[in-house]
Amino acid sequence: MSSEFFLPDPEGHVPSAEGYFGAFGGTFIPEALVAAVDEVAAEYEKAKADPAFAAELNDLMVNYTGRPSALTEVPRFAREAGGARIFLKREDLNHTGSHKINNVLGQALLTKRMGKTRVIAETGAGQHGVATATACALFGLDCTIYMGELDTERQALNVARMRMLGAEVIAVKSGSRTLKDAINEAFRDWVANVDRTHYLFGTVAGPHPFPAMVRDFHRVIGVEARRQLLERAGRLPDAAVACVGGGSNAIGLFHAFLPDTGVRLVGCEPAGHGIETGEHAATLTAGEPGILHGSRSYVLQDDEGQITEPYSISAGLDYPGIGPEHAYLKDSGRAEYRAVTDDDAMRALRLLSETEGIIPAIESAHALAGALELGRELGEDGLILVNLSGRGDKDMDTAARYFGLYDTDAAVEADTDAAGAEIEGDAK
Amino acid sequence: MSGNIQLLSDALAAARAEDRSALIAYLPAGFPTVDGGIEAAKAVFDGGADIVEIGLPHSDPVLDGPVIQTADDIALRGGVKIADVLRTVREAHAATGKPVLVMTYWNPVDRYGVERFAAELAEAGGAGCILPDLPVQESATWREHAAKHGLATVFVVAPSSKDARLAEITAAGSGFVYAASLMGVTGTRASVGAEAQDLVRRTKATTGLPVCVGLGVSNAEQAAEVARFADGVIVGSAFVKRLLAADGDLAAGLAGVRALAGELAEGVRKRS
Repeated sequence: MSSEFFLPDPEGHVPSAEGYFGAFGGTFIPEALVAAVDEVAAEYEKAKADPAFAAELNDLMVNYTGRPSALTEVPRFAREAGGARIFLKREDLNHTGSHKINNVLGQALLTKRMGKTRVIAETGAGQHGVATATACALFGLDCTIYMGELDTERQALNVARMRMLGAEVIAVKSGSRTLKDAINEAFRDWVANVDRTHYLFGTVAGPHPFPAMVRDFHRVIGVEARRQLLERAGRLPDAAVACVGGGSNAIGLFHAFLPDTGVRLVGCEPAGHGIETGEHAATLTAGEPGILHGSRSYVLQDDEGQITEPYSISAGLDYPGIGPEHAYLKDSGRAEYRAVTDDDAMRALRLLSETEGIIPAIESAHALAGALELGRELGEDGLILVNLSGRGDKDMDTAARYFGLYDTDAAVEADTDAAGAEIEGDAK
Repeated sequence: MSGNIQLLSDALAAARAEDRSALIAYLPAGFPTVDGGIEAAKAVFDGGADIVEIGLPHSDPVLDGPVIQTADDIALRGGVKIADVLRTVREAHAATGKPVLVMTYWNPVDRYGVERFAAELAEAGGAGCILPDLPVQESATWREHAAKHGLATVFVVAPSSKDARLAEITAAGSGFVYAASLMGVTGTRASVGAEAQDLVRRTKATTGLPVCVGLGVSNAEQAAEVARFADGVIVGSAFVKRLLAADGDLAAGLAGVRALAGELAEGVRKRS
């Protein structure tokens, strides 16, 4: 497969035929979905072998998404990183404002190939939902987005964007009313409507082939960044850093660097109020192997296999699971994962905004905080690549409340604690 | 002690000998309380159920509709544990001598320990397990331990299952085959899926195991309709609805599920 942006199946890193990355992955799904998931896997294999598929996707990536995305050095921000140089891979500059569009366009083309006319998707921060609604508008597909009720409140702008694009947004009221519950509801829809519906899964989790397929659509991030950084800095980075919720932007960044054993791959998980408080969503730091949403990976759960409710200020990272390839990379030692608190992420968000004129998504701010910490560890010669996976427009209400940026009390309503007490309280 | 797979097969054979379908009732453990759930299981046996499936509630029941989600939520908020589920199986079986299975999602079993769960379920007098998110290709470990402890592995088949796949599933399963009447999650429906009869026919072409139909069956008329072509009729949400409708009045709830079991037991005897 030779094409500029669609770069599937790097040799040696594909999962097994059964979809396993070591002990993780697999296909833990109801029988009613087996035929549909098999169809996705078969169609994806055919698409990979079809030059017309790659050509169409490449055209979209250039002329619709705006690839390649920029690589931006951020020296003023890096002053707080112990003298290390920091470069940002600007996935926030993609159409729709995040990396999510890479995967969505690939799967939307696949949906057309399968002759399906309806797409469903889950969304946390709303970025995957917006990207999916966008692709459905572009291709004339019916679109239903499931979103936890809590997330529809804290990401209200993205709900409006999805509706503007013609999608139906369903607020999910069960469980913790966040991403996990949105996925449950999307699976229920899929089982009932599988004939005409494709579940356009938004991260590198779920049953095989989703972890490998979604990764393939995002590999372009790392491939571009590696080439850009070699040109600009003359060498590979000491570390490639990304936030991890389900793990799609991180796997997209990491994959091109897997053979470069000198490059540390660092995933930043949401520590919420701190791991010790139990109010976090740091699956690889504090979870145990288990099955959630179709595959075996690390999961936040109790001793009896009940999934525990996660917490993060970031809707996009507020998830008790993680893609199986990350579980494999963690156990093999090739990647490392550290946890970043809400407060550290918000500090990094504000710092990047004020020093570089770039407002990142709260999700991506976890990676920025991790990069500051890594920079201080690496010292003056350090070179760090960060995936800036999304822009922060959607987070302005959360950030304004957190930092007390609104002029009037009315804008903050009953929120007496400017440090975001209402938002945090709702997330319990 | 070995599990009661034989008791399960005998119950299905006895129904067949009477030229009727078996009535299989589903009730979640811990709902409305652990003791209330045990009484509910005894009540549906008393009303005429041949077999009971005890649900082990899960935080993320992706195959369940709103009724069973609500019951699971009540049970989990009430603090139901796997030990309570096993006690429910033990007491429901001990009081009636009838076959009791567990139905749950794979993660609780995986997390509890596959060998430990199978051993304890068999010891409690359980007859087997239904694990609807454990497809046949991922099931080897479970089946090994289930077989060792005399437990049935009941697989679900769906209208979307192709014939070759049905053969693979039924070759690996034991006890009976659970045929989903329609493409969807649990919950009562106005009518049973038209695809059910075709699925039973295609499934029976691959196996001598009894084939029982579930999803969407809620009343005697539907039970009679399904009984014409299936070896068993599985009813879940309709029982849970009766308990929910009693709104905390356990005696009324038990009377409700006993009465429904009685109506359905008549239904499965009107197959022609």
